Amino acid sequence: MDKPIISLHGISKSYQVAIRKGGLKEAFKALIRRDYKVIEALKDISFQVQQGEIVGYIGPNGAGKSTTIKIMSGVLLPDSGSCSVMNMTPWLERQKYVARIGVVFGQRSQLWWDVPVIDSFQLLRDIYRIPEKQYIETLEELTTLLKLSDILHTPVRQLSLGQRMRCELAASLLHKPSILFLDEPTIGLDADSKIAVRSIVKEINERYGVTVILTTHDMNDIEALAHRIMMIGKGTLLFDGTLTQLQQRYGTGKIVQVAYSGHLVDEILPGITLIEQSEEKLSLAVNTELCTVPQCIQWLTAQIEVTDFTVQAIPIEELILSLYKEHAV
Amino acid sequence: MRTYTSVWRIRFLNGLQYRTAAYAGIATQLFFGFIFIMIYVAFYNQATVEPDLSLQQVVAYIWLQQICLSLVMLWVRDPEIFELITSGNIAYELCRPSSIYPFWYSKLLAQRVANMTLRCVPVTIIVLLIPEPYRLTLPSHWITFLAFIVTLLLALLLVVAISMLIYISVFWTMSPTGSVLLFAVLGEFLAGLVIPIPLMPQWMQFITYAFPFRWTVDFPFRVFNEHVQGSELIIGICNQLGWLFVVLAVGYWIMNKAVRAVVIQGG
Amino acid sequence: MTLYYKYLIMHLRAQLQYKGSFLMLSIGQFFIPFTIFAGLYFMFEKFGTLQGWNFAEVALCFAIIHQSFSLSECFARGFDSFSSLIIRGDFDRLLLRPRHTVLQVLGSAFEFTRIGRLLQSLIVLIYAISQLPQLWQWQHILIILFMIVNGVCIFIGIFMLAATLCFWTVQGLEIANVFTDGGREMAQYPLNIYEKWVMKLFTFIIPFGLVSYIPLQMILDKMEAPLWQAMLIPFGGSLFLIPCYLIWQFGVKHYRSTGS
Repeated sequence: MDKPIISLHGISKSYQVAIRKGGLKEAFKALIRRDYKVIEALKDISFQVQQGEIVGYIGPNGAGKSTTIKIMSGVLLPDSGSCSVMNMTPWLERQKYVARIGVVFGQRSQLWWDVPVIDSFQLLRDIYRIPEKQYIETLEELTTLLKLSDILHTPVRQLSLGQRMRCELAASLLHKPSILFLDEPTIGLDADSKIAVRSIVKEINERYGVTVILTTHDMNDIEALAHRIMMIGKGTLLFDGTLTQLQQRYGTGKIVQVAYSGHLVDEILPGITLIEQSEEKLSLAVNTELCTVPQCIQWLTAQIEVTDFTVQAIPIEELILSLYKEHAV
Repeated sequence: MRTYTSVWRIRFLNGLQYRTAAYAGIATQLFFGFIFIMIYVAFYNQATVEPDLSLQQVVAYIWLQQICLSLVMLWVRDPEIFELITSGNIAYELCRPSSIYPFWYSKLLAQRVANMTLRCVPVTIIVLLIPEPYRLTLPSHWITFLAFIVTLLLALLLVVAISMLIYISVFWTMSPTGSVLLFAVLGEFLAGLVIPIPLMPQWMQFITYAFPFRWTVDFPFRVFNEHVQGSELIIGICNQLGWLFVVLAVGYWIMNKAVRAVVIQGG
Repeated sequence: MTLYYKYLIMHLRAQLQYKGSFLMLSIGQFFIPFTIFAGLYFMFEKFGTLQGWNFAEVALCFAIIHQSFSLSECFARGFDSFSSLIIRGDFDRLLLRPRHTVLQVLGSAFEFTRIGRLLQSLIVLIYAISQLPQLWQWQHILIILFMIVNGVCIFIGIFMLAATLCFWTVQGLEIANVFTDGGREMAQYPLNIYEKWVMKLFTFIIPFGLVSYIPLQMILDKMEAPLWQAMLIPFGGSLFLIPCYLIWQFGVKHYRSTGS
């Protein structure tokens, strides 16, 4: 294996937070003395990422996702542990380091509200000291790839959210970063735009070999993009592996949906749970450790006439939920 | 009245949350008070003719300005109301069971009182204890003090009524910045917040008499430092009441007109 | 420097998108110091002089400080309005860019409507100089220029200090007004009218005295001093930037280790 592009070792980080209580009396007390408590945002986090990977970084709100991203992007210093990205320590050589990464915050814009997009790009060119020739080439490529030609000369405030996100992506790629951090890039977008953003990210990854770290709450993003999933909860890494591994480990079940006629008479087999039943439709959850899908179908056909059936894996959202539950986060 | 107390409570609690802000505010007010007084002391020290207002009276004027600043300052910005008007969300406000004018009026009033309650006590105590010439001199008679409270309250009601006019003007201008700034700057000058009105030349004093602003700051302060007494005090209070009535009526009337215009436009 | 200029052009274009409100605000800005100046005028009408300084001399003092103030509010607005940058969380974005934080913060905001204020104080400056014949030589005009430029440095320094405070708390910024607005209000009069401690504070700690009171005494022939001294003294104002810069760097370091 090659040397990993990102390597975190034993990263920990804690914050001090003032405690506030409600009520007039408490408010007066706080004028004199204030209590603090320490929150451990990250506890001994270690992982490595290879060049060209797309990693989905997930976890409930407040789990430590954005803290990790901030440490990896050099904004925040950890309390302890080491981090090496592209052979640099992000927080030590900030200016040199950030010239080689791109960051998109789905909820915040790096574009100028009142001026056309192209002006924002030109300013970024100057900030990143991109040579003119390279800038023109990259801009051209990105314009085609992200279909920007119609909107480059529009002020940002007149763009739709989807258009804006495409521009944000372009803005983060102008300086050809080796690593792209995407923080909830599809938040608030409509279905079409979400799909567009996903295909763009995939394209960028495949074409330029950009390593992508993606945080999101939308599991469809993960399914469509991530080669690998890392899940964090309460500051520790709960799972690190591929989607298939996740499904194998937690997804020991299938959903069977059946169109039928007749009546169910027999006692239900162990391992099968009835989810929904109507006159002609039936859905069942099958625990494959106790009862295989063919066994289930056999059991059904023995008593009713099955006209059609589908078998599905348990949706990824539910998998994640069960993972959260397992670790009580 | 309900709105008033609940807005006051929220504001007050909110103010308490920010202790650094409270300390900083007190320090700032004291500092500015000292600086202004030093400037007047310097002027008075070499005065050949005793001006109309004694130094002690000026000192009281300045400290009252600092203590009551959030009460009588013409311009306390409430971004919420601006947002309501310019974004067109005013339509929702119109759906409320209560009429808008009294609702906003009590909201603005509560904000001023809440901002002041937190800070005025420590500042007042401090300026009563510091050495001369900086000390705040209390009125010699309790009736004067009572008269001050009455005129200050009327001033507060009047200044909120005037600031309502500013908010209503936004219905037409739609931009809360430029014109408002101009209005506020001139209003504060005419109120005596830049220099006390009795120190202005005669002709300028005349001009200030033509506007309602001086009744919001200059008048109650001069009641406190006993520059205004007797029949002048009674006439002054009548003036305050008169202006209050006029500004309220005008505000109410324009507001109704503005709201009707909004309703016709469909928000 | 080129980047700063680029930022400036961008902001100018953005602000000119709203011409009407830009104009109105500039006019409003013209009138703020105007009323203060009117107050000053009325005080002199009543009292004649102020501790041996006549109206034109104090007007000069007033004009210099207001010039410095409006220039710094225009060009260093980024530090002046830094708390909103922190509240919006945009400082993180700034750290993600390969440029120095000071340059980026400076470039984050400009307030061109201060042109109104600048214009007003320029009128006062010209008036004051026209009334004071002892200033009518190029060396003295140059010194006045030095005073204005270094005054800008002092205001920028104070803005930086206030901005640094935002890394710990965004409340209580009002205290910074003591030094910005307060410094301006104070330094528009000759410092000798104040108590000794105030004079010392604003000469040795925050060196407003070095860009107004002391050199003014020299060029207005109130104090015997060689010309080169009057030329050099204002530059004490720029020296003030050094500790402010170091404190800023410390603040950035703190921010990056707490993320608050």
